[in-house]
Amino acid sequence: MTGWLVASVGTVGEGTYFGWDGFTIQSGNLIVIVVMIILFVLALVLPFPGGKRRK
Amino acid sequence: MSAHATPRPGTPADETDAHTWTGRARRWLLKKLPPDKLLPEDQPSYVASWSYVFGMGAIASLLWIVISGIVLGLNGPQWYHVSSLGSFVNSTHLWSVEFFFIFMVVHLWLKFWMAAWRGGRALTWITGVLSFVVSIVAAFTGYLLQTNFDSQWIAFEAKDALNAVGVGAWFNAANVGQLFTWHITLLPLAVGAVVVLHVLLVRVHGVAPPLEAAESDAQLLHNRRESTQPPGYTQPPESTESRDAVR
Repeated sequence: MTGWLVASVGTVGEGTYFGWDGFTIQSGNLIVIVVMIILFVLALVLPFPGGKRRK
Repeated sequence: MSAHATPRPGTPADETDAHTWTGRARRWLLKKLPPDKLLPEDQPSYVASWSYVFGMGAIASLLWIVISGIVLGLNGPQWYHVSSLGSFVNSTHLWSVEFFFIFMVVHLWLKFWMAAWRGGRALTWITGVLSFVVSIVAAFTGYLLQTNFDSQWIAFEAKDALNAVGVGAWFNAANVGQLFTWHITLLPLAVGAVVVLHVLLVRVHGVAPPLEAAESDAQLLHNRRESTQPPGYTQPPESTESRDAVR
């Protein structure tokens, strides 16, 4: 019983935080937001494979 | 049952003759969503774009969330907190949620800048917003079920807010058993139902065309010409795939 409880409590790290003038964001959240912005831009500019052959 | 209600087997039913609620429902459903619109074989040319991929990416992620969630639920916390395979499946459950939200947010941004609520698609937009909100609640209960110090912190930060809005009795962030029910039955059913409705509405109205497509897309221009045809004009069969491009 206690084994899996002990195993589960050791999995939480402190995390890395970035901050500028009162604004703070955790590294994981920042990465996800940056990835979403990159995907948004790529979806607009990258050509779709095989798109010219479609009707 | 009257005699005229039972056509011979193999005979097409007269859809104007529906006189029961089931018949009227069938007639309404077939009118709103005929089989060729429910499962189309072609899409307009503008759909061949990465902008039209992220909704399906979110659905693919949701499928893996459900499958991995079933495996986790059937094996239990002692499996997914201790064994290597359990931890791996647990991690894929988390990462499919990350992808689900990433794809859903990019889908939201793309559809927002496309003004995808145009052409009678307001309910499609609203069900998309609803699925986003319900998914956030479902993900929140998932974070609470980590059963670690992180989830304990989140639960006791959240309980005062939930009590303040009066839902603490039915949504008690400190009650793991109750949260398990919310997370593995009620909320997945709610997310699934809203997403299915959202996809059906996309099928009913067709995918939203890009803002500039109405001026340049050959199919849309073709569709506009058809709308000026006199009554009784029948559309050539080879062009039926584009007839719903603009609403």
